[in-house]
Amino acid sequence: MPARIEPLAVTARTATSALGHGAAAHLQALSRDRGGLRANDFSSAPLDCFIGRVDGIEETALPRELAHWDCRNNRLAWLGLQADGLREQVAAALARHGPPRVALVLGTSTASIEATEQAYRRLDDGRFPEDLRRPEIHTPHSLAAFVADATGIAGPALTISTACSSSAKVFGSAERLMRLGLADAVLVGGVDTLCDSVLFGFHSLELVSRRPCRPFDCRRDGISIGEAAAFALLERPAIAPHAPRLIGYGESSDAWHMSTPHPEGRGALAALDDALARAGITAEQVDYVNLHGTATVKNDEVEARLLRRFPHRTRAGSTKGFTGHTLGAAGALEAVVALLAIEHALVPPNLGGSEPMPEAAPWLALRPESRDLHIALSNSFGFGGNNACLVFARGDSR
Amino acid sequence: MTTVRPLRVTGVGAWLPGAPDWPTLRGVLRGEHGLAEDAPAKPAAEVLPAAERRRAPDSVRLAAEVAIQACRMAQHEPAELACVFASTHGEVAITDYVCETLARAPLELSPTRFHNSVLNAPAGYWTIATACTAASSAVTAHHCSFAAGLLEAAAYACAEDVPVLFASCDIASTGPLAEMTRTTVAFGVALVLSPAATGGARLRWSLRNAGPGALPPAALALQSVASDNSANAHALALLAALAGRETAQLALPLSPGLALDMEITP
Repeated sequence: MPARIEPLAVTARTATSALGHGAAAHLQALSRDRGGLRANDFSSAPLDCFIGRVDGIEETALPRELAHWDCRNNRLAWLGLQADGLREQVAAALARHGPPRVALVLGTSTASIEATEQAYRRLDDGRFPEDLRRPEIHTPHSLAAFVADATGIAGPALTISTACSSSAKVFGSAERLMRLGLADAVLVGGVDTLCDSVLFGFHSLELVSRRPCRPFDCRRDGISIGEAAAFALLERPAIAPHAPRLIGYGESSDAWHMSTPHPEGRGALAALDDALARAGITAEQVDYVNLHGTATVKNDEVEARLLRRFPHRTRAGSTKGFTGHTLGAAGALEAVVALLAIEHALVPPNLGGSEPMPEAAPWLALRPESRDLHIALSNSFGFGGNNACLVFARGDSR
Repeated sequence: MTTVRPLRVTGVGAWLPGAPDWPTLRGVLRGEHGLAEDAPAKPAAEVLPAAERRRAPDSVRLAAEVAIQACRMAQHEPAELACVFASTHGEVAITDYVCETLARAPLELSPTRFHNSVLNAPAGYWTIATACTAASSAVTAHHCSFAAGLLEAAAYACAEDVPVLFASCDIASTGPLAEMTRTTVAFGVALVLSPAATGGARLRWSLRNAGPGALPPAALALQSVASDNSANAHALALLAALAGRETAQLALPLSPGLALDMEITP
């Protein structure tokens, strides 16, 4: 088992998803049980499903000096950076530590593949159309390269792309850079956008529901795909003693199958144990678990087994019924949800699970619950059997 | 400048057309011989079970081949090794297929090719084939992909005090995307990085505020591979240092003003 880590302060956090732009919009929707899914009005060909689409991306324009990064994913990243004053908070961290001492680790699975898809739809004599002949947006790193350019972060900038665990794993990479003294602050996060690849890809795997997704419901029949941008700024706790903390994380591989989880949740359990060990806590101390809860038959069946590790007073739920499965952004988005839950003493409900699976029912919060939360977990599991689990805790009391 | 504890490179794997393993490529780097004319056109990747090998895309075969070479040289069971797989562009042949199919007939997209399109497909297939339940990751950073992946792997090895497998692979692009990615040759390299005090080559490393420095010129036979993309050039520069007989210094760019500074003692 790994050794306990020194906690890191989360000095800024923000989320933009189908629930709206910024923390307040998320809190309002989560506390009022109001989801953000809508009938699919996005894909280039009709597809009968629901999606978590972010409003305002089409109207967003990047500043002239960043215009060469323009694509749906980077516009969403730009929207995300404006919310909750994040850009100003990053600028303050750059001033505090110096730009090369601030690192950037972002997770994405789609990156800006939407722009590449568009280029293939509009080929010009076999070549990409002139407006899309920009190599920097046809790489899986386009998101982090854009954010580095847009914020002035000059430390290491890397992209983690492990499908749906991508932007959970970024917290682990950031902690290691900080622990080794290679950075004094790390901006972590994830941005994924709706695109044909994921809509038709998950459809081809027969994993997309025709209805808004129903995590941990007996009638669940697949995911709803969403898009989101979520960021967190990690610094040493001395800078912000009252800020919530990242106290642990765990990572593991299923070693089982490319697109279905290990039937007994071996890898997920290993990630959980790893995370608890790094946090130096037991499962009994966990107040809230933001479950991966994709609403596929298999994921929720396997993840429900994990809940047996927790006492019934631990509250749990998936928030994918609100936002859809935001894939490479899900880890960061749901980390921010867990942080908001701690900050505002709110257990978000498991929207869409009105007939809960008996195996999960004792832990599931079906309505918003007001409760003091000290420790919150967030699970993320991805294709290739790639698992991550994050542990957050409240900061020092004022 | 931040210095961290040195690591040991205890295993090396390599594959490119004409140099299907590290001893062959090392000979080319030392100028002892050229690329082999009769080398296999595809990585053997025998570590993958036969059925998986048939299904696996080229980038996965390449990664699995160099990874197993490095593990064997280091005499490490892959099942115990945390792993980091880096790539500049990922599985570009499947990206080309996916985008072409989506533009033409989106409902015909193949589910297998879709899940093989993820950047962590090599990590997924590798951990499945070797029953590895340790942490696995997939890293990319465009022109800095090799150095960023190496940083991620080295940081993991130092912070967690465990050996780590690092692989960096790119395959040749196809279709209209090729004009953007411009990679023409498959090339993969893998290293086992160990926090142990002895064995293998010593790798001292740190981060240094510095602009991009000049790389030592690549061996003549490898110039086209090196000019394909920066990850290739950076990997070849490190391999040349490992193939050398004296201590060498190398600085690989991580961002416009930051370098991964290394001292390699073979």
